[in-house]
Amino acid sequence: MNILVCVKRVPQTGGRIVLTADGQEIDTKFLGFTISPHEECGVEEAVRIIEAGGGSSAVLTLGPAAAEEQLRDAMALGIDRAILLETDGSEWDPMSTAAAIVDAVRTQEAANGPFDLIVFGNESADSGGFQVGIRVAVALGRPVVSGLKGLTMGSGSVTARRESAGGGWETYELTLPAVVGVKEGINLPRYPSVPGRLRARKKEVERVAVGATASRAALAAGSATGAPIGPVKVVLRLPEAQGSEVEILGRGAEAAPAVVDMLQRIGVLGS
Amino acid sequence: MSGPIVVLVEHAAGEPDRVSLETLAFARGLANALGGATVEALLFGDAGAGVGASLGAHGAATAHVVADARLAGAYAPGAWGATLGELATTRGAAAVLAPGSDRGAEVLAHAAARLGLPLAANVLSVTPGASWSVTRQRWAGSLLEDATLDAPIRLMSMAPHAVAVDERAGSAPAMVAPFAPNVGDADLVVRVTGHEPPAKGSISLTDAKVVVGGGRGVGSSDAFAELEELAELLGAAVGVSRVVTSNGWRPHTQQIGQTGQRIAPDLYIACGISGAIQHIVGCKSAKRILAINTDAESPIMGIADYAVIGDLHTIVPAISAEIRRRA
Ligand SMILES: Cc1cc2nc3c(=O)[nH]c(=O)nc-3n(C[C@H](O)[C@H](O)[C@H](O)COP(=O)(O)OP(=O)(O)OC[C@H]3O[C@@H](n4cnc5c(N)ncnc54)[C@H](O)[C@@H]3O)c2cc1C
Ligand SMILES: Nc1ncnc2c1ncn2[C@@H]1O[C@H](COP(=O)(O)O)[C@@H](O)[C@H]1O
Repeated sequence: MNILVCVKRVPQTGGRIVLTADGQEIDTKFLGFTISPHEECGVEEAVRIIEAGGGSSAVLTLGPAAAEEQLRDAMALGIDRAILLETDGSEWDPMSTAAAIVDAVRTQEAANGPFDLIVFGNESADSGGFQVGIRVAVALGRPVVSGLKGLTMGSGSVTARRESAGGGWETYELTLPAVVGVKEGINLPRYPSVPGRLRARKKEVERVAVGATASRAALAAGSATGAPIGPVKVVLRLPEAQGSEVEILGRGAEAAPAVVDMLQRIGVLGS
Repeated sequence: MSGPIVVLVEHAAGEPDRVSLETLAFARGLANALGGATVEALLFGDAGAGVGASLGAHGAATAHVVADARLAGAYAPGAWGATLGELATTRGAAAVLAPGSDRGAEVLAHAAARLGLPLAANVLSVTPGASWSVTRQRWAGSLLEDATLDAPIRLMSMAPHAVAVDERAGSAPAMVAPFAPNVGDADLVVRVTGHEPPAKGSISLTDAKVVVGGGRGVGSSDAFAELEELAELLGAAVGVSRVVTSNGWRPHTQQIGQTGQRIAPDLYIACGISGAIQHIVGCKSAKRILAINTDAESPIMGIADYAVIGDLHTIVPAISAEIRRRA
């Protein structure tokens, strides 16, 4: 079994988001970075499948040189090798991202044999485009399902489970090679061990330069220039604050009667 | 004049779903902005014809109902996406809209991939023109992006609840037209092959009138007994922050936030939760929020209506005791 997981480096935002003065990105001066949560579970799922059935796993990201940190995080959890599609740091649109990943998959597969499974997150945490994995699957002509919270490997196939809109679960049967989009909750990712971290630090990261912004349209179109791409970011904005005046009902256990008065007043508790 | 706006409409048990109706209302607004384009719905499934006709009230002129036995039964994302793309192309659509549900987002991405066109997800507003401007949600709505979307057909999924349902957008029933897509067998290989019914009995987090939420401040899996007790007294569901699920204290099904559930109760009681932006996007639709926190400066205070400052381990049991005392 050969598995590829695609992850994205995103800022670890906290209590509130601060934008850069030009409104082009989140101000990350005081922030760390992480792997999108859905994809972190994708990493864990890949490691578990390989632990159970044998084989090899790889992690791939398209991002700045610093995204090496997220690749090493994934290797610390047990992923065997890493590929960095290195950009100049500018944000790529989903079509161009998918096109670059498709190119990389073809190159990797020509050298190392096919990936039985390519794992994506359901959506990236920062951009939330809900599309890169599906675009890659369609371009490669492989079956794909998104939103998954359960994978069971069979021989030559995978059974996938996802929550139905009306409650309950629906299942899908995918013939390998296949592509899946997973959600957080599919598993509980392990914490990296110290030896895992040390091993990950020494591993090679394969770097592929994917060029600067100007080449993206051509990439997305496969060849022709002037092809539609997008959405093309103009500016980021914070939504209007939903600020409310907070009424302090008290401190410590003595506040309990005031709390219950409030519960009765707003009608969630009968009086 | 501009081509029509094609809208994917989901339905269950003979009823269109709410976010699809919002999407139709959004489409009507866009149609007006385009100087009078028509709105045309696409429906799958055997009940599609009946539901389709009723969409006239929501401003749909035509309801295209997929007439293909292979597509009538189980949901098949690729085949639905191929069908949507084909309809949009044959109709010369100016735009294609889908509800920002799991299925809506997935089907639209399949259509976009097959058409080789860009797609904007979770759109809140759109201004057509020589270049189309869209505002869309990022970070599950804690950040907005103004962008341009230029393509022969503009594909957009709608952020849920961006606009209200409009039941007076039209008076005549929609004309029901069968649509026979040219879907190949390859698009049909991925489809729902089985269903498991929901577990009975428990209060669903998304429907609960009151939710008692616990975060890192709860401290351990065992200490959740205090929150359970209060929830029981209030007929509430228990929800948690991501720190709690990451620590394995509670199952992920109870997580509220960007990568968990979105709740809209009458009251959300946030205990030992700091109010990180990714948590807030999951609970900001609560009518009222009561925060219980040792830190009066915690970001949760910025959106809470009521607060008690102090240790939740003494405050929560005291509230439960007071409710019992008055019962
Ligand atoms: C992409 C992404 C997606 C995410 N998705 C989600 C999501 O879906 N849901 C989610 O919740 N988080 C999500 N997060 C994580 C989020 O950023 C925060 O890390 C998390 O919400 C913090 O959880 P918390 O409030 O329980 O913990 P903390 O931030 O550590 O806050 C603990 C709070 O408890 C208070 N406290 C401590 N002890 C006590 C006590 N004895 N009594 C009363 N108060 C006490 C403290 O003052 C503090 O305010 C996501 C993060 C990222 C990067
Ligand atoms: N820059 C990237 N590098 C690697 N994988 C990515 C990148 N962007 C998106 N993906 C993958 O595609 C999924 C869907 O992303 P999106 O379409 O942006 O919501 C993510 O969860 C990742 O698995």
